[in-house]
Amino acid sequence: MAKQVLSGNEAIARGAYEGGVRFASAYPGTPSTEILENIARYREIEAQWAPNEKVALETAVGASLGGGRALVAMKHVGLNVAADPLFSLSYMGVNGGLVVVTADDPGMHSSQNEQDNRWFARAAKIPMLEPADSQEAKDFTILALELSEKFDTPVLLRTTTRISHSKSVVELGKRQEVPLRPYNKAFQKNVLLPSTARLRHPVVEERMQRLEEAANSLSINRIEWGDRSLGIIAAGVAYQYAREAFPQASFLKLGMTHPLPKKLIREFADGVEELLVVEELDPILEEQIRAMGIDVRGKDAIPIIGELNPDLVAESLNGKRPVPALKDVDLPARPPVLCPGCSHRGVFWALKKLRLIVHGDIGCYTLAAIPPLESMDTCLNMGASIGMAEGMVKVAPEKFQNKVVGIIGDSTFIHSGITPLIDMVYNKGYATVIILDNRTTAMTGHQEHPGTGIRLSGEPSTRIDIEQLCRSIGVEHVRKVDPYDLDSMIRVIREEVKRPEPSVIIADAPCVIHDRIVMDEPYIVLDELCVECDLCYKIGCPALFPGDDGKPDIDPLLCIGCSHCAQVCNLDAIQLPKEKVTVE
Amino acid sequence: MAAKKAMNLVFAGVGGQGILLASDILCDVALREGYDTKKSEVHGMAQRGGSVVSQVRFAEKVYSPLIPLGTADAIVAFEKLEALRYLDYLKPGGLVILNDHKIVPQTVQMGIAEYPKDVLSLCSGRAGLVISEKLTDLAVRLGNIRVLNIITLGVLSHFLPFSESSWLEAIRVRVPPKYVDLNLGAFEEGRKIGARYTAQFQDLVTAENE
Repeated sequence: MAKQVLSGNEAIARGAYEGGVRFASAYPGTPSTEILENIARYREIEAQWAPNEKVALETAVGASLGGGRALVAMKHVGLNVAADPLFSLSYMGVNGGLVVVTADDPGMHSSQNEQDNRWFARAAKIPMLEPADSQEAKDFTILALELSEKFDTPVLLRTTTRISHSKSVVELGKRQEVPLRPYNKAFQKNVLLPSTARLRHPVVEERMQRLEEAANSLSINRIEWGDRSLGIIAAGVAYQYAREAFPQASFLKLGMTHPLPKKLIREFADGVEELLVVEELDPILEEQIRAMGIDVRGKDAIPIIGELNPDLVAESLNGKRPVPALKDVDLPARPPVLCPGCSHRGVFWALKKLRLIVHGDIGCYTLAAIPPLESMDTCLNMGASIGMAEGMVKVAPEKFQNKVVGIIGDSTFIHSGITPLIDMVYNKGYATVIILDNRTTAMTGHQEHPGTGIRLSGEPSTRIDIEQLCRSIGVEHVRKVDPYDLDSMIRVIREEVKRPEPSVIIADAPCVIHDRIVMDEPYIVLDELCVECDLCYKIGCPALFPGDDGKPDIDPLLCIGCSHCAQVCNLDAIQLPKEKVTVE
Repeated sequence: MAAKKAMNLVFAGVGGQGILLASDILCDVALREGYDTKKSEVHGMAQRGGSVVSQVRFAEKVYSPLIPLGTADAIVAFEKLEALRYLDYLKPGGLVILNDHKIVPQTVQMGIAEYPKDVLSLCSGRAGLVISEKLTDLAVRLGNIRVLNIITLGVLSHFLPFSESSWLEAIRVRVPPKYVDLNLGAFEEGRKIGARYTAQFQDLVTAENE
């Protein structure tokens, strides 16, 4: 069979295909997003974006009960959203195999926390598999579907950023056509009431015991004997780092990290002189192994915070640190920034000018929290901006009314911003909500959502009209504004925050990089008018940079002619060129 | 057959420069030539002008997708400052390919940090050979700034143990059909530049082995 270099996410998608999955759903979230994007390329699978992770899981449960194999994918914090169905699903079990992919983000490359979702497997009493490369990502997806059906349980497949976004060689296989299982109404299993759930809990406990027994003989849990003076237990990418750092050692490589294969662990521990667990984030394996009465090292040597790498693992035992290449050189940081011409810039410039308290949300626009815009006070989780704005005004209206806004993107609003807006209306709260409607899920790479009216497959569908939605839940004041018009942006926000009732401002402009928009010719700085006040830099556009003469220059390759900087300049020193310039 | 040469490479630059495609193509070439290969990078922020790095490894068998510090055979920097950020990965005497092009980070724009003045000499402190060329300018001359990544692969191709035909095939598969000719041309332009340095690099390899 053919071999390809695939990312972990592409390999999971391939596993879903080869494993006969019929239905897949997800809400985008780094590092999980590409799983569904790739599944969508297989026409045999009905693949769709859900408004959020909870809905994604619920539809997959329906698909599973209907007898088909199903897969859902989400980032680690997405599983918090889907936790409600997940915990009870453990009791209900499945019909068609059901795999829940959780993509964790140690190191927080694109996340607001570093939670270790292996806890979910233990807390919800659900088996968990952890691939260590793309081949395993594909194989484990198929195995997870099989285990799911065999043990009547959803199965968690956990990746981390370095598994999802690393690429390695994968051998492709054929799709197995798995027939639909018959649907049988099963009151005691599928209707979770106190009386039935009490009967299901013992079933769950018994299932986990059977799984633990089976884990001892699963081929994905394996001992690799080497030098027996050091034995290392590891799973996922941590195994690869440890192999790299200690090629001579003996290894117990775990493919299933919940439940643990206790017999196999004892056999391995008895066969080595010193035992070390190499795991990213929390000491989950270590504590369970120690609870078995086995003497083991772990977090006393391996960091509990952040991502591991081969150097950190090596250093933990041998204390050696590589010599740095540069001494006493401070390199300028290069944080991600809002794109040149991004419509969000105009909104945050207005908020900065008005000195409001801004509750932010999750998306590209969170970048406006950092200098030079610095116009966001908080960012907690998906959809939190609206409730937080409402609550702050409620606790001390005399102090906060007319001063607080919540700001949220279109995709995030649909994900979990609608219910807090209902709360604000129902509970007679008052704050201004700004919805940045750029008609895409930009941060994760431009996915469609119900507000774009296009499905994952590209097929047109019903578009949720955000303005009508806000009105229908009782928001009387809903206004659309062009975020490229700074004066009206400032005026409208100023008017709306004065209202002692809920109001919504929709900043209405498409994502410029998604639509590859060029609004005008690149602007230029007229040196004879520029007095180097540096005000233009305050909008934080990457197309503007200090030229050799100390005055700002505009990079014609980056500038899309949005005019934000020209509107900010008090001296009209930034203008469109008088003569036409040809731009590529 | 001789043992397969294990190599580690770091591609560094700024979001939007085509770094991920370049490293994808290299992995495809390694696979075509019978190697095990892995690469690692972080998505999400890549299009937002942040610092982007992609690490590529190929060998008989690769374990970690991340390269241990001090073991990279080459750093390929699409923006010159970014070479310095990952210089710790370079093995002493390794190769640096530097696109002599500056993209000013926001921290410098705001005046809270300074762009390093002597990138080339700082690289030379660890590298055995630094190739510094204005590759962005060349891409613009070829008619599309997006071919920067393929030009750069052309330069790099001289220093890797792969046949030209594997490179050309991998590029054909990976780039959109209507841009194939443009990209194959860009690769050739890159190869011409790389060819000027192969003699110096050979001296380097020989000196290292002695």
